[in-house]
Amino acid sequence: MDLQTLLQQFVNALSLGSLYALLAIGYTMVYGVLRLINFAHGDVFMIGGYLAFYGVSLFAMPWWLAACLAVALTTLFGVGLERAAYRPLRDSPRISIMISAIGASFLIENLGIVLFDARPKAFAVPGPFAANHVIGGLHVAAVSLIIPVVTTVLLAILLWIVYRTKTGMAMRAVSTDIEAARLMAIDVDRIVSITFAIGSALAAIGGILWALKYPRLEPLMGIMPGLKCFIAAVVGGIGSIAGAVLGGLLLGVIELMTVAVLPGLTGYKDAFAFILLIAVLLVRPAGLLGKNQGEKV
Amino acid sequence: MGALLQTLDVTKRFGGLSAVTALNMSVESGEIVGLIGPNGAGKTTSFNLITGVYKPTGGQILFDGRDITGLKPHAITRLGVARTFQNIRLFKDMSVLENVLVAQHMRMGANLFEATLRLPSYLRKEKRIHERARALLAEVGLAEHERARATSLPYGKQRRLEIARALATEPKLLFLDEPAAGMNPQESVDLMEFILKIRDQFRLTIVLIEHHMQVVMGVCKRMYVLDYGVTIAHGSPDEIRNDPKVIEAYLGVE
Repeated sequence: MDLQTLLQQFVNALSLGSLYALLAIGYTMVYGVLRLINFAHGDVFMIGGYLAFYGVSLFAMPWWLAACLAVALTTLFGVGLERAAYRPLRDSPRISIMISAIGASFLIENLGIVLFDARPKAFAVPGPFAANHVIGGLHVAAVSLIIPVVTTVLLAILLWIVYRTKTGMAMRAVSTDIEAARLMAIDVDRIVSITFAIGSALAAIGGILWALKYPRLEPLMGIMPGLKCFIAAVVGGIGSIAGAVLGGLLLGVIELMTVAVLPGLTGYKDAFAFILLIAVLLVRPAGLLGKNQGEKV
Repeated sequence: MGALLQTLDVTKRFGGLSAVTALNMSVESGEIVGLIGPNGAGKTTSFNLITGVYKPTGGQILFDGRDITGLKPHAITRLGVARTFQNIRLFKDMSVLENVLVAQHMRMGANLFEATLRLPSYLRKEKRIHERARALLAEVGLAEHERARATSLPYGKQRRLEIARALATEPKLLFLDEPAAGMNPQESVDLMEFILKIRDQFRLTIVLIEHHMQVVMGVCKRMYVLDYGVTIAHGSPDEIRNDPKVIEAYLGVE
């Protein structure tokens, strides 16, 4: 294989990895504050894609307006999901809230099938994203360049919120010790809502970018990326934002590079994600950037 | 009128176990009151009930003339009740300064919008709370550690930081859960002076759980003794010291 193909695949891997990172951040943040794996996160991602689709196709909005509205509505959807399915179970055993998350996931998927129809829909990619550029002999889709840039900007904003604002400080306090945070007058419910809002907004943006890259929408399209991004978050060290980004990028690169280097194994590319999970967890049970901390006694 | 805190027959049952039974405590403004009793007597549970961590099974809690029974912890803290923990619970991934800042969060009243646009009003508030946090750290003798990670401090200083963090919420009533735990006699004496000092300086009312009899007897004018969740005695240090029920609870019956 020549260098050019390798570079070509690397550009693709970078954009796929960035998408994974966007989604993985949502898992890691929710886990950080609530110690909950939000199994419905991949479905929130799907909702984002569909809402943008309907904005353009049904309401004939310009793509940017449809995208903004889709992100806003998906954010509300994510916050509503927490209110309805997770908050009432906050003080129940952790297994109950996990089951509720799995239930919410199935519910959203099946509602999607009923409301959006199970047949795939073609996502009309707007002009600026559909273009192909030739850079130094590489054929690069515009969207593959845009995705990493968008992800970088969003990540910068997120890190600023988490480490430079009072709200972010409260989020970190809640994630270290929810009980003590309450007694420092932090309104934990509000912080949890904000966390879900941020995670869902990122998932929605991820869903729209995904639809631009792979312009085919299905109600079940969130399952596989959701599962992989959960893996990315765990591999990176769940609870750590940097870990989620690292895990996402790593997963994207490994997935596409296997295809590039060993084309015969293309059919198994998803399996590599899971092999990666097992391998990393065997060596570092807390993930690459996770702190190895036992349960508090 | 008069009492800053009053609990009326406050009871907490966990299943069949009554952890606190009919707690009737009354604390006047400016007092330092002790809460003592053998391990498992329900002292920390009482703190948890008053600060809203647990909802009482029965009874009523009045603070500053308001019924706070069943309010959420953050709402109770906002009214002016703060606490420290028996096993130190600092935000361990944050710096010393951040630990205090986070507790001032609610006094700030800024939203994400204001913060994002960095409005002048926000920057003024931000400056003010930083100054206040630094002043508090200076007060508890931690000024030079503000950038250190909270958990890198030695044990005694972590306890002081926890108190500074509680003070940052601007309480009227402060609960200290075993502040002298793990301290040697000299540190305990320093702590007693420190407690009296912050009481006067911040015009606090303090309720204190403590096993160190020297500390409790030294700073408290009045105390309550719990055993198996029941208040078995209540009075001045001298009365408590000579109360046969208390001696029995601590030493067993002959």
